[in-house]
Amino acid sequence: MNLNTSILKYIEDVKSGTFTVEEFTAETLQRIKDVDSDVHAYLSLNDSALNDAKLIDQKISSGEKIGQCYGFPISIKDNICITGTKTTCASKILENFIAPYTATVINRLQDEDAVITGKTNLDEFAMGLTTEFSAFGPTKNPWNLDYVPGGSSGGSAASVAANECLASLGSDTGGSVRNPASFCSVVGLKPTYGLISRYGLISYANSIEQIGPMTKTVKDSAFLLNIIAGQDANDDTTIDNDNVNYLENIEDGIEGKKIGIIKEMTTSEGLSSEVSTATKDAIGDFESLGASCEEVTLPTIPYTVAAYYTITSTEAGSNLARYDNIRYGYELESEGYEYNSYISKSRAKFGPEVTRRIILGGFVPSAGHAGKYFLKALKVKSKLISEINKAFEKFDYLISPTAPVQPFKFGEKIDDPVTLMLLDYNTVTANLTGKPAISVPYRVINGLPIGMQIMANSLNEKSLFQSAYALESKTNLPEVPL
Amino acid sequence: MTKIGLEIHCQLTKLESKLFCSCKANYREFEANHNICPVCMGLPGSLPRLNQKAVESATSIALALTCDTPEKIAFFRKNYFYPDLPKNFQITQLNVYGDMSVGGEGYVSVEDKKIKIRRIQLEEDPGRIIYEGASERTKITLVDYNRAGTPLVEIVTDPDFESPRQVRVFLNILSDLLENLGVAEPGLEGAMRADGNVSIEGGNKVEIKNIGSFHDLEKALHFEITRQQSLFERDIEIAQETRHWDDRRKITVSSRSKEEDQDYRYFLENDIPWVTIDQSTRDRLKENMPESISSKKERYIEKFDIAPQVADIIASDRYYSKLFENAYSDDNAKDIANLITTDVIGFIDTKEKQQNSKITSKHLSDLIDAINSKTITRNSAKVALQEIMKSGKDTKFVLDEMDLGQVSDSSEIDTIISQIFEEEKQAVIDAKERPETVNFLVGKVMQKTKGKADPVKTLELIKSKLNQ
Repeated sequence: MNLNTSILKYIEDVKSGTFTVEEFTAETLQRIKDVDSDVHAYLSLNDSALNDAKLIDQKISSGEKIGQCYGFPISIKDNICITGTKTTCASKILENFIAPYTATVINRLQDEDAVITGKTNLDEFAMGLTTEFSAFGPTKNPWNLDYVPGGSSGGSAASVAANECLASLGSDTGGSVRNPASFCSVVGLKPTYGLISRYGLISYANSIEQIGPMTKTVKDSAFLLNIIAGQDANDDTTIDNDNVNYLENIEDGIEGKKIGIIKEMTTSEGLSSEVSTATKDAIGDFESLGASCEEVTLPTIPYTVAAYYTITSTEAGSNLARYDNIRYGYELESEGYEYNSYISKSRAKFGPEVTRRIILGGFVPSAGHAGKYFLKALKVKSKLISEINKAFEKFDYLISPTAPVQPFKFGEKIDDPVTLMLLDYNTVTANLTGKPAISVPYRVINGLPIGMQIMANSLNEKSLFQSAYALESKTNLPEVPL
Repeated sequence: MTKIGLEIHCQLTKLESKLFCSCKANYREFEANHNICPVCMGLPGSLPRLNQKAVESATSIALALTCDTPEKIAFFRKNYFYPDLPKNFQITQLNVYGDMSVGGEGYVSVEDKKIKIRRIQLEEDPGRIIYEGASERTKITLVDYNRAGTPLVEIVTDPDFESPRQVRVFLNILSDLLENLGVAEPGLEGAMRADGNVSIEGGNKVEIKNIGSFHDLEKALHFEITRQQSLFERDIEIAQETRHWDDRRKITVSSRSKEEDQDYRYFLENDIPWVTIDQSTRDRLKENMPESISSKKERYIEKFDIAPQVADIIASDRYYSKLFENAYSDDNAKDIANLITTDVIGFIDTKEKQQNSKITSKHLSDLIDAINSKTITRNSAKVALQEIMKSGKDTKFVLDEMDLGQVSDSSEIDTIISQIFEEEKQAVIDAKERPETVNFLVGKVMQKTKGKADPVKTLELIKSKLNQ
């Protein structure tokens, strides 16, 4: 049985009886058993996965109405809640937190008969770009176990790349879906802000983050978006998408479309020569597909990383304030403490990156400093929005490499937070502006992947998928060597 | 010169659910921590869902207080750590870049003075902390989150009050207004709270917190003014600070915590999109608003020639005004009003009694009809009212059952008067000498007839008998 298959091919095979849901699930669980001690994509597994698969087989054989997913195995980033399961955010502070409710995206997947394999690793509270900040040890890149898988949804990307599931849900605050998608050679989508319900996603920076599908193919990404997108009564920020079918006309191509090549993202100092060469190739491919490419400049981009960390730290400082270990958390005797000393003791369990951002988040919006930092960051954000809206008056798509570099070795950048932050340079713009962006696997050079990023205007995911599918069809990538 | 400002918090208890989830706004009937859900407990991953009805109730309050109401409102996070705050931030409102809260400037007329309202904001109430344990050593702190997320309106005034008495009058007007609007029940324990700030002679402002009731607020303000005056007289500077009301010792005490120095790091609550309150919504709210107390009062005075004090009492209270509105006709309005303020109020003077009373508007109009047609006396009406309040039985039935029909037959009254003249010889002599003592004899007749004798006729008959 070939586990390196797409969701759409899998559904065909289940429908035609090539294999049963149970067989495929069992094989996937075996694969997890075989490789995950090396990869460490998962933090916990769903004990009832095989049973869930059997029930779906029964539905199929009895002719009962069956959901669109036909039991394909999907992993979930461990910052998304599922009733009765541990949701740790890869943090010691939530090590034993069992969610008493289920996220909207999970309900939608389960209603359509997806089988959840388990919860995947991440940088603690989704803050990081390598999974090295997970409190439970890093995830390895399936393309080379000495290399980082990207982050923060590194576990999700690795689980898909290593054939430990067919797809995963990650979350993207500043590139956390797209960056590991690029590093692990999978498709990663950050949709328009508000397209997917965040109910049940544990907030890091709620004004800009979104859940996003991570898949092996562009079509699978569109398929998953069909299931999880749309308004949700539990999330006031969700928007109506008119029930668009993202798969429809996905092969229409991009003939005559206008593409802007973002100058600041393709000529930046940190860009590696491999990534630079790949970008030039991609531009050639887009042109050969009938699109016209032209350089475009968004002058505010050099300020976006600073603005991004200012805004996200402010929100994180507030969003993470609730972890005081009083209503839930871990064992810590309260006897003999007064309130303030107890919470400073309990909150000492946060890891270094989270602590850094909470401290930053206490400073940048504080009285006397907000004007210099937080309010200025909001200005950068609104300036960037007007620049990008102007660019979309002229262009259908804006492109750049997803990350300025290829995956690097463990420990290489972790001690240099500022260099690490610059990895976000090409991805934060989509979050700050709320625009959709997708990372498409494009090259594998020296055994390590490179992804290309395409951005489109708000709610133009359908068109975004058409361009991503067109680019994907130009590639011929090797299989993961694991 | 004394300056007092107020910060009033009022729960919107008439709403079905909390501000951001479907738990009950009326948390009082629940066992501790049984009116909670992932949202009001701030569990990881939960998101607030704004109760649109709460926005409408708060906007109604703003409109009733003549406040500016902006087209768009936003919510903010007020960040601070406290055990009763499940998220360790409170979702509230702020007017930083122009008006962004449900209400901007408005005013309330208190006697001849206009008290300026600075702003009105909609926010969530925190949970409740309960301290238990007999001694300092065995002290434990419990938290009940049933209240967390209850819709709360904060009303902030300018320091326009000159005396605690003015504050009391204002709070009475305000709580009547909120109740009349049908959005709050200020009488419920803890449903309406007020903090005050005081400065004298242009000195520093002192905030007073932790005040349990309006009654205590008046006491706290008095204490604080006296304290500041005694410092002022001795040339000691009054420190700008927050003081807590010590309910046991009835004094204000300097707070150890530096609340005034706390930096709340306010920023927009992005989980709740901006809310648009357009003109048509405001028009609808205005249209559906019950008649204001002041306009009711004016109407009663002008249309029915009811005395201003009587009109004020009836208009200010929802229960009395409802009784009145449904009972009066153009002929008897004044009599109904007087019956309410002289007799009904005596029996039904608390919210609890209002709830339990079985008196209806029909009873009142029937009683007035009976008095005006001389079927019963005013006194009998009072006796009947007491019975009706308990049983709720039909007026005519009660009058018959209690035998309250008026005695206006002259010979019958005459017989009784003769008896009294026999029994009260001295009083008869007195009355002959000093006519003003005749009321004693009238009273005796009333006593004997259980108030049923027609008092006018009785007086006439006694007078003529005295002159015989």
